[in-house]
Amino acid sequence: MIELENVSYTYGDGELLSDVSLHLQPGSFHFLTGPSGAGKTTLLKLCYGALLATSGRLSAFEQDIARLDRDQMALLRRRIGVVHQDCRFLDHMTLAENVALPLMVSGKGENAQKEDLLELLNWVGLGTRLDALPPELSGGERQRAALARAVILSPDVVLADEPTGNVDWEMSQRLLRLLVELNKMGKTVLIATHDLSLIRAAKSQVQARVLRISQRQIQLAGADL
Amino acid sequence: MNKGTIRSMLVRDKRADRVVPPSGYTAQLTLFVSGAMAFLAVFALALSLASGRLADRWASELAGAATLRINAPAEQLSAQTEAALTVLAQTPGVASARALAAEEQVALLSPWFGPDLPLDTLPIPQLIEIIEGEPGLDTAGLRLRLGAEVPGAVLDDHSRWREPLVEAANSLRRLGWVSILLIGGATAAMITLAANASLAANAQIIEVLRLVGARDRFIASAFVRRFTYRAFFGALVGVLFGMTGVLLLPEASVEGGFLTGLGFQGVGWLLPALIPLLGAAVAFLATWTAAARKLKELS
Repeated sequence: MIELENVSYTYGDGELLSDVSLHLQPGSFHFLTGPSGAGKTTLLKLCYGALLATSGRLSAFEQDIARLDRDQMALLRRRIGVVHQDCRFLDHMTLAENVALPLMVSGKGENAQKEDLLELLNWVGLGTRLDALPPELSGGERQRAALARAVILSPDVVLADEPTGNVDWEMSQRLLRLLVELNKMGKTVLIATHDLSLIRAAKSQVQARVLRISQRQIQLAGADL
Repeated sequence: MNKGTIRSMLVRDKRADRVVPPSGYTAQLTLFVSGAMAFLAVFALALSLASGRLADRWASELAGAATLRINAPAEQLSAQTEAALTVLAQTPGVASARALAAEEQVALLSPWFGPDLPLDTLPIPQLIEIIEGEPGLDTAGLRLRLGAEVPGAVLDDHSRWREPLVEAANSLRRLGWVSILLIGGATAAMITLAANASLAANAQIIEVLRLVGARDRFIASAFVRRFTYRAFFGALVGVLFGMTGVLLLPEASVEGGFLTGLGFQGVGWLLPALIPLLGAAVAFLATWTAAARKLKELS
């Protein structure tokens, strides 16, 4: 599904990732952990084409990401839902419009049923906040809205970058449950987090691989949870 | 870019249009520039059309006629006039020829000498008005024959008057079209600048749109639609003001000369209606080009 073969990424004079290899199998659940600045976000960005590897080969859905033009990249991103650390909303649009943005840009906005959107927002517990503007949302609400936006096109892969970074324990558990639920629907999930308690909490819910980035390399952190 | 792409870019999609926040000075700048340029374009068009009419009129009024002047001593004037009329009657391409009556010659001279001119006391040449017919006058041949048979005859086919006047009018017409082209170019440049500023100001929005899978065409469309419609409405207002200005110009009159004829006539009144459409087309192309370049730059 997403495959990295000896991928390195250099920014300026420093190498952030060196010879990283990783294969995300369909329907798998991964945690990516490591200290701040280790390169977790960089690795996620490489996976959805926001950054291009300095060397090595990175393919998604059997396409070499480095060879995609801008239109092909856009189509690829419709198959990869991303929950960004800082959520990245359009502040002048309502929550419902922000969540429906991937539908709109992919030309499916016309056919999208309002009921489906409402169902999705109810699923993430935001059914009553449709008309709220992003600055009016709490940290937890923003993260859940970002998750809803990431999955609205029913992507094959969901990448989440510190999805529980700005929320309390209870909310982080709620978000984790949503991501686990997505995995049970057959989606491949990769969560970048430095929150080990989140990984421990996931133990009882899902079979997950925990990967750790250390010294520019990726390692299996331990036995399967 | 095919027809479908152009249509999809221009058809209003309220939800997609909301993606780019409707604010910023670029909106006012586009409206003002296209309005002002359309206003100027109306006058340039009026100038060009009026010059064209003038050139055509001068060309047609003077082209079909020639004048023969008989310079001869008083005692030979009548005989030479008769000889000239005989020659003209036998010349192909002369539809009619007649000697001007003394009153007509006085009328021609009176603007310079006053109405009480004692014509009979002055050695004034006799003028013969020639109206051309088919197959057209062979002036060189006619001059040769007149030179042999009517020594005092001087043929004036008006070309030395007509050509500089027509050329001047044609130059004015060209000037009008060049002005319109310059106005179009300046509009395109200003709208390109405004579109670039708008694209740069919305770089973060473009980034978010790309992250959720927006293709360049979707992003560009949001900007292209906005600038095209702004340019169209700005130009429409500019044309209305310009047309009002032209309507307020004095009516064409003989006394007023060229300036009073500076307006539209007949179907010419419909031509300014094309200006908003052309303005919109210029804005469309300018924004599309700017967006394509900027999106490539931002990738």
